[in-house]
Parts: sequence; C-alpha cells; structure tokens
Amino acid sequence: MFSLERWQEIFETIRKNKLRTFLTGLSVASGIFILVILLALGQGMQNGIAKEFERDATNRISVWSGVTSVEYKGLNPGRFVEMTNADYNYLIEKYEDNLEFKSAVYRIWSGNLTYGKETGSYRVEGVYPDYQFLENESMVNGRYINYSDHDDKTKVVVIGNKVKQDLFGKQDALGKLIQVNGINFYVVGVYSDPGGEREETRVFVPISTAQRVFGGSDKVRNLGFTLKPKANFEATLAQSINFSNEIESFLKERHLVAPDDTSAININNTLEEAKRFYDLIGMIKLFFWVVGIFTIIAGVVGVSNIMLIIVKERTKEIGIRKALGAEPWSIVSMILHESIFVTAIAGFSGLLFSMTLLELIGPNLQMDYIRNPTVNFNVAITTVFILILAGALAGFVPAWRAARIKPIAALREE
Amino acid sequence: MITIKDLHKSYTMGANSLHVLKGINFSVEEGELVSIMGSSGSGKSTLLNILGMLDEADQGSYTLDGTPIKNLNEKIAARYRNKFLGFIFQSFNLINYKSALDNVGMPLYYQGMKRAERTDKAMAYLEKVGLANWAHHMPNELSGGQKQRVAIARALASDPKVLLADEPTGALDTKTSYEVMELIQGINDEGKTILVVTHEDDIAHMTKRIVNLKDGLIIDDTKINQVRAASHV
Repeated sequence: MFSLERWQEIFETIRKNKLRTFLTGLSVASGIFILVILLALGQGMQNGIAKEFERDATNRISVWSGVTSVEYKGLNPGRFVEMTNADYNYLIEKYEDNLEFKSAVYRIWSGNLTYGKETGSYRVEGVYPDYQFLENESMVNGRYINYSDHDDKTKVVVIGNKVKQDLFGKQDALGKLIQVNGINFYVVGVYSDPGGEREETRVFVPISTAQRVFGGSDKVRNLGFTLKPKANFEATLAQSINFSNEIESFLKERHLVAPDDTSAININNTLEEAKRFYDLIGMIKLFFWVVGIFTIIAGVVGVSNIMLIIVKERTKEIGIRKALGAEPWSIVSMILHESIFVTAIAGFSGLLFSMTLLELIGPNLQMDYIRNPTVNFNVAITTVFILILAGALAGFVPAWRAARIKPIAALREE
Repeated sequence: MITIKDLHKSYTMGANSLHVLKGINFSVEEGELVSIMGSSGSGKSTLLNILGMLDEADQGSYTLDGTPIKNLNEKIAARYRNKFLGFIFQSFNLINYKSALDNVGMPLYYQGMKRAERTDKAMAYLEKVGLANWAHHMPNELSGGQKQRVAIARALASDPKVLLADEPTGALDTKTSYEVMELIQGINDEGKTILVVTHEDDIAHMTKRIVNLKDGLIIDDTKINQVRAASHV
C-alpha cells in the first residue's frame, strides 16, 4: 500500500486515463456534494423555524377575548367579552404551583410618545414584571418593570430598542421623562427582542398604572402564561394542552360563553404549534436524509458501473501483466488502490467544495425559513468513507474475477 | 532446458470433448532455436500455452530448467513466468498507455526492481533492439515492426531462460518479418533458447530445428540448416 513504486504506477495510470478518472471522480464528488447540501438545508430549515419561535417563549400560552358568535343562556351573539383582573387573579392562585411566568396585559393599541421634538406612535401595554420572560426580551439598559412599580402604580416605562433609537437617537434614554398620550413617564429601561424591530416598537408600563391612567378600570385584554417544564417534552406538552383546555372552559363559564363558541375566548398555545413545526421539520429532515441516501446509493451504483467497465476495458492489459509475471493479488490491489485513491480524492473534493459553499453562502442566506445551513462534519465524513468503501467493494468483485482469468483468455480479448 | 513427456490436453466444449494434444514427447536443449509448425487446429498454440504456463496440461510432465512445472497455483505460475519465460505475441500486446520504455520495464517492475534501475535496464534492451530513440514514444506511434521489437525487448528484460514466440511475424509484412527474425536469430546467437510457433515455411527455416505437429501429435522433428534472415534483407 505504501510502496512508492506502486504509487508511481497508479499515478501513471491515472494520468494516462484522465477521462475515466474524471468520470469516476465526478459521480462520487457530486453524490457527496448533493448529500451535504441537502443535509445542510434540512438543518437550515430547523434553524430558521427555531428562530421564528424565539420571538416569544416557546411554551407560552396566550389568551385573548373577542366577540361571541353563538347565542347562549338568553344572551345574543355579538357581545364583546372582557376579561378582568379577577379572572387573572383567580387563575394564578389556582395554578400557582404549575405556573412559571404569568402576566395580564392591558393594551392601548396606539400610544403617542413624545420626547422633546421627537414623537411617534407605538403600542403601549400595561403588564406585570413576568412579561419580560413571556416575550423573551432582554435588557439593553436599565431594568424592567418590577412589583413595587406595580404596587405603587408608578409612572415608569420600559421602551424597545427601536423606540429608543426613534426618540432618543444616540442619547441616553434612562431617567428621561417622556410623554405617553400627554402623561409623563420615566424611562427606566430599554429592551431588545430576538423577534427583531417589529417586536421592539412597543413600550411597557405597569398594568396597574395603565389601567388607572388610561381608563381601563379592571379590564384585561390579554393573558400570558408559561408552565414549569416537566421531565420530558411529552409530559410538558400534555400539561400545557390540559392547562389551555381548563382555562378555556373556566373563562367561558365565567363570562357566559357557549362551550362551542370559537371566537369569544381565544387561546394560542405556542408549544402545541411548536410541536407541529418540529414534527414537520423532523419529516423534512427525514425526507432529506432519504433523498441523500438514495443519492449516495446512486453514487455507489455509478462507481460500481464505472469499476466494471474499467475492469472490462483492462482485461487485456491484465492478461499482459499476468504473462509478464503479475501475481493475481497484485492485479486486484492495483485496481483497488486506484479506485480507492480516486474515490477518496473525489469524495473529499466534493466535501470540501460543498463545505466551502456553505461557509460562503450559509451565513448570508436571507430567507425566512432557512437560516445558517450547516452540516454535521462527522456525518459528512462518514458518508465519504462509506462511498470509498462501497467503491472499493464494487471494484473488488470484477477485479478479483479479472485476476482469476487465465492470461491466455485475457490476451485473446480485444 | 525443456523436457516434455506424454503431454495430453483436451478441451470440453459443451457435450463434446476435443482432444487437442494426444501425447507429446519433446525436449529442447539450451541455446536451441526451434520452430513449431502445423496447420491450424494441430495443437501448436495449445502446446505453446502449456509451455508458457498460460494453460495447464491434463496429463504428462513438463520440466523447465530442472524445475518440474506442476500443481501450479496462480501465484507460483506468475513467479515462474516472470523468472523463466519471455513472451512474444503475434499482436505485440504492448500496454497502450505506457511508453516503449515503460513497457520494457514491466517485467522488472514485477520483479520488484526500483524505478531508476528498471529504466536503465529497459533502456539497455531498447538499445539492443535498435529503438533507443523511440524510448518515450507510445505504442500507437510505432510501426508494427517497431512494436514487435519493443515486445522482444520486453521479453528479454527479465533475462528469462526461454523465449516463447507465438507467430511473431504473423502481423508483419515480409520485409519486417525478416528483420524481426534477424533480431531473434541474433538473440539466439547469444545463447538464448527460443521457441517459435509459426505456420510460415520461410520463417520456420530461419530456425535451427523444425517440429511438425499434426492432430495433436509430433509427426516430424528435424534439425535443419538455418537460413540467415540477413541474407534476405
């Protein structure tokens, strides 16, 4: 294997038979290339979808109310259902042990924010301190709303990064006084959200303050919860679904909404949705794997075919070599050595080429559902070795047969 | 050098068994130049294949340079071929993607000789057949006569005990044939034992002994006065 003479012989053969070598190499390299790209796309999709879910906590359960659509207990459809602090307080007390984060939201759709000469319209939401974690927000500066803000109904505001840039530019926003619908609030914090600018154009105030200052009395527009995770995903999911169903029926009963009404009480369980997406990703990845494996099989078949043709084409040469004193094993190993060398070089070039492509294009890929496609290097390298092995095996049988041919028969072959 | 006793060989073709060699007794001394003649189907090629260990006899004994050739496996046969025999074929059988020099070096490669030494030795043999200037040409750039010279150089390269030539002039015109025979005679003059299978009378008469085969038996075996090929050229 390591004899210099043998290598010289192999290189000479390869050099003199460029087309044959090129074709073998091409089928191997393209097989590896396609597989790597497919696997990377699968991973990219997973990354992309995971990114979509980063916007909010992935196990968030949101509740919002709407207009009834079904007549119930003498009440006409078309009635707007409003949740109250009492609903929220009842729920957090009842599920105290299970809840991780919780918040009610009182929302003013468009609030006018003014700082000096700058002004803009943003969504203003009165929330509890936990809301930061429900929205998956992190602080850039200062702090979030806390419970003493809530208890004292202080006029403090936490603004999004985008709002900060719009109103303050490069200035520091902390401790500044801004007007929200004409009322003064202190800026105590600036947050960023992985969901991007759209999620950063909101401002948060304590819910107690919002309800008092913006005339909300005890009304609540929205409820958000996350549950403490269970030991495994299935149990967490089951708990989550169970919880959604329970609060739905509780709220319907309390607000006299028909059990079959689908518009008055709305619940969005992110976890359930996430599970559907992850199942989908699983299917897509599986599909890519299957396609990839078939590509590899096609590559193996291609290599086998070429090996068969090569051996057939070289039968006479093998006869000559045997007449000159080549032992059968030296024939087999010559052919295998060449095929392994060619498949290895081609396989690694395919790998290198696809990896380079991924490195160059991957991070710059701006698509909603594909983000940073990468491939597990070990998987890729294993595939290369499988292909090399398959090529060797595919070459072995015809090479072995050719080496067994009586030289006289091989010599007659034209 | 070669001793053959009661050699039998038959081929099975479907239901029929074809008895090709029906008891050949034959010996060749060192330094002889023997031609084996016979019409097609007489068994001369089969005999040569058996002599060349490219094929095996069913029955009988074959001794080459004191070594009994029997129960060969592929590996031993390959080693013996390399050590004892040089082949010259009608269709030259050069490896077409290797230069003349590399073709001549092939048997040496299989002897495990290093490249530099191999090249030197191969070059010396090419010089001997008068093709030193053609060393780096590919077979398809050579004429038939030149190809056969390269093949002869290759057959000589491993310094074998016996040269076996199967219709060495079969693919060549008369003039080139005589040139090749001249070369073969020259090699024989240096003491090499050579067997030539041919069906051409003039070629046979350029050897020193003619063995005539018919229907798998030797019907005639006579030493003759060699006609020097040079006188025809």
